[in-house]
Amino acid sequence: MASVSLTVNGEAVSAEVEDRTLLVQLLRDHLRLTGTHVGCDTSQCGACVVHMDGRSVKSCTVLAAQASGADVTTIEGIADGDTLHPMQQAFMDNHGLQCGFCTPGMVMSAIDLLKRHPGADEATIRRELEGNLCRCTGYHNIVKAIRQVATAG
Amino acid sequence: MTAETGIGAAVKRKEDGRFLTGRGRYTDDINQPGQVHAFFLRSPHAHATINSIDVNAAKSAAGVRAVYTGTDVTAEDVGTLICGWNVVGKNGEGHLAPPHPVIASGKARYVGDPVAVVVADTLAQAKDAAELIDVDYGVLPASADLATTLDAGAAQIHDEVPGNMSYDWDLGDKAAVDAAFAGAAHVTKLEIVNNRLAPNAIEPRAAVGAHDPGTDQHTLYLASQNPHVTRLVLSAFHGLAPEHKLRVVAPDVGGGFGSKIFIYNEDVFLTWASAKVGRPIKWTAERSESFMTDAHGRDHVTTAELALDGDGNFLAMRVDTIANMGAYLSTFSTAVPTYLYGTLLAGQYKTPVIHVNVRAAFTNTVPVDAYRGAGRPEATFVVERLVEQAARETGVDPAELRRRNFIQPDEFPYQTPVALQYDSGNYEATMDKALGLADYAGFAARKAEAAGRGKRRGIGFSNYIEACGLAPSQVVGSLGAGVGQWESAQVRFNPTGNVLVFTGSHSHGQGHETTFAQIVSDKLGIPLENVEVVHGDTASVPFGMGTYGSRSLAVGGSAIVKACDKIVEKGRKIAAHIMEASVEDIEYDGGTFAVAGTDKSITTAEIAFAAYVPHNYPLDELEPGLDENAFYDPANFTYPAGCQICEVEIDPDTGVVEIAKFTAVDDFGNVVNPMIVEGQVHGGITQGIGQALHEGVVYDGSGQLITGSFMDYQMPRAGDLPSYDVDTTVTPCPHNPLGVKGCGEAGAIAAPAAVMNAVTDALGIDNMQMPATAEKVWRAANAG
Amino acid sequence: MYNFNYHRAGSLAEAESALAAAEDGALMAGGQTLLPTLKQRLASPSDVIDIGAIPELANIESAGGAVTVGAGTRHADVAGSAAVASAIPALAALAELIGDPQVRNMGTIGGSIANADPAADYPAAIVGLGATVNTNRRAIAGDDFFQGLFETALDEGEIITSMAFPVPEAAGYAKFPQPASRFAMVGVMVSRGAGGVRVAVTGAGPSVFRVGDMEAALAGNFSAGALDGISVSADGLNADIHGSAEYRAHLVGVMAKRAVQAAGG
Repeated sequence: MASVSLTVNGEAVSAEVEDRTLLVQLLRDHLRLTGTHVGCDTSQCGACVVHMDGRSVKSCTVLAAQASGADVTTIEGIADGDTLHPMQQAFMDNHGLQCGFCTPGMVMSAIDLLKRHPGADEATIRRELEGNLCRCTGYHNIVKAIRQVATAG
Repeated sequence: MTAETGIGAAVKRKEDGRFLTGRGRYTDDINQPGQVHAFFLRSPHAHATINSIDVNAAKSAAGVRAVYTGTDVTAEDVGTLICGWNVVGKNGEGHLAPPHPVIASGKARYVGDPVAVVVADTLAQAKDAAELIDVDYGVLPASADLATTLDAGAAQIHDEVPGNMSYDWDLGDKAAVDAAFAGAAHVTKLEIVNNRLAPNAIEPRAAVGAHDPGTDQHTLYLASQNPHVTRLVLSAFHGLAPEHKLRVVAPDVGGGFGSKIFIYNEDVFLTWASAKVGRPIKWTAERSESFMTDAHGRDHVTTAELALDGDGNFLAMRVDTIANMGAYLSTFSTAVPTYLYGTLLAGQYKTPVIHVNVRAAFTNTVPVDAYRGAGRPEATFVVERLVEQAARETGVDPAELRRRNFIQPDEFPYQTPVALQYDSGNYEATMDKALGLADYAGFAARKAEAAGRGKRRGIGFSNYIEACGLAPSQVVGSLGAGVGQWESAQVRFNPTGNVLVFTGSHSHGQGHETTFAQIVSDKLGIPLENVEVVHGDTASVPFGMGTYGSRSLAVGGSAIVKACDKIVEKGRKIAAHIMEASVEDIEYDGGTFAVAGTDKSITTAEIAFAAYVPHNYPLDELEPGLDENAFYDPANFTYPAGCQICEVEIDPDTGVVEIAKFTAVDDFGNVVNPMIVEGQVHGGITQGIGQALHEGVVYDGSGQLITGSFMDYQMPRAGDLPSYDVDTTVTPCPHNPLGVKGCGEAGAIAAPAAVMNAVTDALGIDNMQMPATAEKVWRAANAG
Repeated sequence: MYNFNYHRAGSLAEAESALAAAEDGALMAGGQTLLPTLKQRLASPSDVIDIGAIPELANIESAGGAVTVGAGTRHADVAGSAAVASAIPALAALAELIGDPQVRNMGTIGGSIANADPAADYPAAIVGLGATVNTNRRAIAGDDFFQGLFETALDEGEIITSMAFPVPEAAGYAKFPQPASRFAMVGVMVSRGAGGVRVAVTGAGPSVFRVGDMEAALAGNFSAGALDGISVSADGLNADIHGSAEYRAHLVGVMAKRAVQAAGG
């Protein structure tokens, strides 16, 4: 068993888990943060994207033990109380989600994307969404939402 | 209020708050006290006898509660999976439906067919134990290829189905068609493969079964598009529990696209085993399991011909199709290549006679069933590829050839030669709008400019029609459906004036919580935030048929309107009593009941309070309360139609196809929420482009699934696509109260033909089978 | 995933001793290849030794005509490194094309080349730029490192510490991604430098390989046009549902030209 201690959404948490436990399992099964989803088993769909030490990662391809000591932010941790994060608000404003399943990972990737490419144009946004699959929206309104945040400065 | 939130307003979605903050509640998010986990051991062979299964080591492994084989499950009389639509073939007999066991026994018939299940305290323990199960398989030759499975000498999949054919069905006047072809000035013929697709909702299928021995109540949480139908089948056909002792809950569902309509092995097993084991049991598919077990879509091999006279008028169409059923008949599989396909072959055109023959074939592959569009994309692809090719062969502009053959606006209702009666439409106006948006006139210049850069540019049309809003119950019943296809609604005022709306439809991305609330807000004059839409739980909503076939608004929405009408009707009587007027003098408008010619009025909220606190109330005439039920059975299908235009640019050095521009103009009748409608179109187009360029399930000759993960099955990504130009025209549906037609499948139906017409135009070739992979396109671009 | 014992090594020495002590140990840096493999139960190491957080393995130095990249350097850090971008922009560009942003944020260069996936991008850089692979025991010439499908020159217990890339006069990388996985179906690194011209191809064959005819042609005339008429044989190349060997052979030619153009030739 591995003892893991990390910060999740600003709170210190620790748990005893099997060494093979993935970060996403720690989040969903142990911490009951079920906003982070699992949509594939080959690290491609991106439904599980969270931020670890300020970078977007696929939490289905990180061991919980690997994340020990890290600062992790999930979809549950980005709003400011009842005020949505600007990226969450932009997804709502632009109908950037339908079934909502890919949405948490999509939003977390989008936030990271604009951190690395402030003011990103449509082509950059589309390229940077390489690691996130959506089956509902055709990406049209996701791209529009991210552009809204990018152009808001 | 009405202008901002009522019918026609682009209201932001009520459901988004929870999805955006990680507070959605999908099936895998649900955990029950004492819950254990199931792991399904699946056949690695496409076709094999199961000679023996030794589960002893697995049973004694750590954490294991139970291990079941097909023999165990069959002995418990849980029934076999059903096909709910009996298609009667040319021989006058129903389709052949061999037994579809919940857990395979005796024989496995596709890679992924479950052969045993381990129930253990943790999923890891269940998987560890499953590795200890020893299955002695006798591997048999497989028949995995649709094109040859009906041939003599193909491996025989079911003893009950000699020749692997479930049915041989036809529609239309064959003699008249043959005669028309004999006299035709021109015949266009195409061989068409409609490629097999994996649905790939991003939420994998999942279920949690539970049983309360105190009340003998069974509960199944299920990623489902139609929980009531699941409950009915589990109860009536599997005998797992009477309907009143079985609750099926479809909570937030992460996309369906058809794949979550059907009743699957796992649904039956978990309902049964949770009572047997005495613990709630959870199962969530891994993506590799989804590829192996979710019902796939499409998969036709077709020969299609169109006959024209010397003036380019369509004379007749002749279509011969083999449709893949997979290894067993899935829930609605038989209807897809027949009543949802053959009946759509008239398209938007006045083709006077049409004949279609469909043979449904078994193969050693996962079952095939409805996938976004279901039959209608296959029909549109046949029609629109034929028409485009006929235009090229006869030297007529493809828009002009279509225009020449369109059903005209003054010809509705229009009886087609393939059973349907179209109710409304204006195909020419829709195409003209699309031609303008797509700048069709400027295409030649763009093509020349691209050629200057060494690129080949092409343009393609797809003028689709669909029959949706499923469906008049007596019509589908006469065609073999095992269920009715009405929808239910309940509109319940609370005493304080807010409203609960219960619908038998189910939302898994479509936004019903918003759209349906808009309808009620509009009809009853209640602020949108005071309307709550409830769906998905058989314990709380009235029996409903669920969501598929672009039916929710046209059928479910109409039921809601009927319930609202009943509320208003009762409200008039209450208002008349309170305001001491006659019912005939009460005028209702936007939530206010007024006495004609006076300044006296009362709101629906006040009416609701009076109904629940009936101190000043006509109790001798009316029951207290304000809570109305309605069921709506449509008079006809609805017929959305449109014109989608795709422009591609091809790099002849690599064969990569870029979608340069995609335009869609659709006639969905009236629109309740244009923002949501556009989103539906975007998603459908993307699935259509995916079919044309990216996606395709591949089994090898031995029935091994080659595209078993996202590593090999190409899902459309953001970088593969442009933004789309989307617009609408409106001819209201004449037979439902909202005048709506349905929008969920349009893009998936229309886009494949538009893309392939553009690709073949760019390459200057007659035909190419989907998906148009880079290598295929490169070869075509450099042939000769 | 089968269970295993997880160890996080704080130093190279700790990693070496943990690996030596393990019955069947596996090194993990970013885990972007190992974890998917373990999830599919395709491997069952007794111990997983995490070397992803060893400070001495994660640095980039540019000095003496070479850029040395620590084995634990993540793809995103290679892509974003000012030192790499100024000395060997083609290497930064290659790193930016690996996987997706999330994979690049975890995956490491050492992990990638140790795995020797035939469709990985980095092997093209190691061979195409004439790099040297440094381990805890020795220096291995890039040309000798890859020995076949998932096979390298690494011995039991040997750990890659860094890669030294000589700074070329010009270099370019062009990639044709496998459309589903986005690994390289064909990736070509072309460089011209002190050691002459190199053309290295990944994705097309069972292991990275050089194309002598192209190198000879480019040595005389470093331009895309110099590659006209030079074809690569399809014999022995990979073939799958995404592309036949013949198509891959064709793409080698197309990507080589684009790589030369990217290199300014």
